[in-house]
Amino acid sequence: MSVAQWVAQLDQNLYFRSVDALLDMEGHGAFVWSAYLITTLVVLAMLLLPLRRKRRFLRQLAGELKRREGSPRTKGGGD
Amino acid sequence: MSPASRPPATSAFCLTLVRRQLTLAVRRPVDIGNPLLFFAMVVALFPLGLGPAPDKLADFAPGILWIIALLSSLLSSDTVFRSDFEDGSLEQLLLAPQPLYLSVLAYILAHWLITGALLALVSPLFAVMINLPSAAIPALVCALALGTAVLSLVGGIGAALTVGLKRGGMLISLLILPFYMPVLIFGSAAVRQAALGAPAAPYLAILGAMLCLAIALAPLAIAAGLRISVDA
Amino acid sequence: MWSFFHKLGSPPWLFGIAGSILRWLLPITLVALAVGLVWGLLFTHPDFRQGNSYRIIYIHVPAAVVALAGYYVMAIAGAVSLVWKMKMADVAMRACAPIGAALTFIALVTGSIWGKPTWGTWWVWDARITSMLILLFLYLGVVALYEAYDNKEAAGKACAVLSLVGTVNIPIIYKSVDWWYSLHQPASIRFTGGSTIDASMLYPLLLMIVAFYCLFTCCLLMNMRAELVEREARTNWVRKLARAGEARA
Repeated sequence: MSVAQWVAQLDQNLYFRSVDALLDMEGHGAFVWSAYLITTLVVLAMLLLPLRRKRRFLRQLAGELKRREGSPRTKGGGD
Repeated sequence: MSPASRPPATSAFCLTLVRRQLTLAVRRPVDIGNPLLFFAMVVALFPLGLGPAPDKLADFAPGILWIIALLSSLLSSDTVFRSDFEDGSLEQLLLAPQPLYLSVLAYILAHWLITGALLALVSPLFAVMINLPSAAIPALVCALALGTAVLSLVGGIGAALTVGLKRGGMLISLLILPFYMPVLIFGSAAVRQAALGAPAAPYLAILGAMLCLAIALAPLAIAAGLRISVDA
Repeated sequence: MWSFFHKLGSPPWLFGIAGSILRWLLPITLVALAVGLVWGLLFTHPDFRQGNSYRIIYIHVPAAVVALAGYYVMAIAGAVSLVWKMKMADVAMRACAPIGAALTFIALVTGSIWGKPTWGTWWVWDARITSMLILLFLYLGVVALYEAYDNKEAAGKACAVLSLVGTVNIPIIYKSVDWWYSLHQPASIRFTGGSTIDASMLYPLLLMIVAFYCLFTCCLLMNMRAELVEREARTNWVRKLARAGEARA
């Protein structure tokens, strides 16, 4: 099966024939899209929060280390 | 080894523990009275909130009585190990040669006797106050007696895990309320069936099965929780 | 075999291997999610009873399935950390709770949105919704207990005990709630006996379930990496990592 045939078949199987129909979903669009939107937001938060937590911690640690190296006599004590 | 230095037999040790806890409770009658007073006061809240119509109250009575029993058991479960943790005798208990499983069970038994069992005994009074059909009262007493024992065991897990924390009070409810739900479902179902004239025995049997499972497993979790709290 | 377990106990090795797994698992997850979503939203026919609102199933069911499985992952990790005192299992257990809570939240919210066009109300006290709500409480209880302890080692152990208690209780809770609401729909995918859902709808659903499992694994590994860095802040490999990050920035 060539790529063109495959694309044609995919197009045939497409349920919604226009973007408006897709957004409206025969009246259920608001429900479906809000559910998907909320899920997307939560999933993004799940993926980004640990990443941000790690980055922020490493940056803080780097700053701390640099400060400590910058003033060797205080040895990281109060300044 | 001379007989005097031998540690007491496990059964005698546990009996002493139960007697000690009961004596402590009797010396401070307020601690025994508080859960009962709480029960009475919350019973009085429901007619104020739902309206005084007797048939409506009778409809809700099984659920109301069970939820109040659950809350009063919850509120008292925080104190099971707290005073012994604070004065250090809990540490002694962990070091004692007797199996911790059984001594923990003795603590829970004492707690159940002064809260759950007492609550089950006085519950007919409150049941009459909110118009529970009198046919359901024996089922209510049996269900409460069995169910509060499960609640005491499960509550003990929460108490053991939070005893080392300064602000354990609210946390313990968050931890153990989900585990109370099966007891609530079957306990109130037993009373409701009895009120409808159907046999309550199947539900009581399920509560009994929950009690057996709780007796078998909860002391393990409580013992583990106490070790964690004392080590921390 | 044993050297693998020894390596598993080494934080820098775990940090590195989690990173290299993420490097290929994360793209796969995102592609699977995208393909599953497009397939489910565009290429399936609406359900003859529920119309298009059934398309929520492609996120609702996977989130619910993985949320429940996540509790067991957490409990097993907790048991491993209690029995073998394996620090890494403790890290994994700690990482599970917020992910599981987020997935349970997704399942509850999408179920509620799905309920509005199907049943006409936002919330029904149906057996499965109630069970999911209790599962959310169980997850949040673990998070609350962990946060309440100042001593994080004790916190890990306490959470492990709590999650094991939860594991014993979840089947009891589910059975009781099921019994309590005996008029619930039969589970729609059953692996024994015929499936009641059409194959054209089933394949994207299965793909989404796999994608959500991958998503769970990715989040778990990312949370573990963050947790490892924080716990090992005083060691050389984390300091090296911090300096390297600084040099790149």
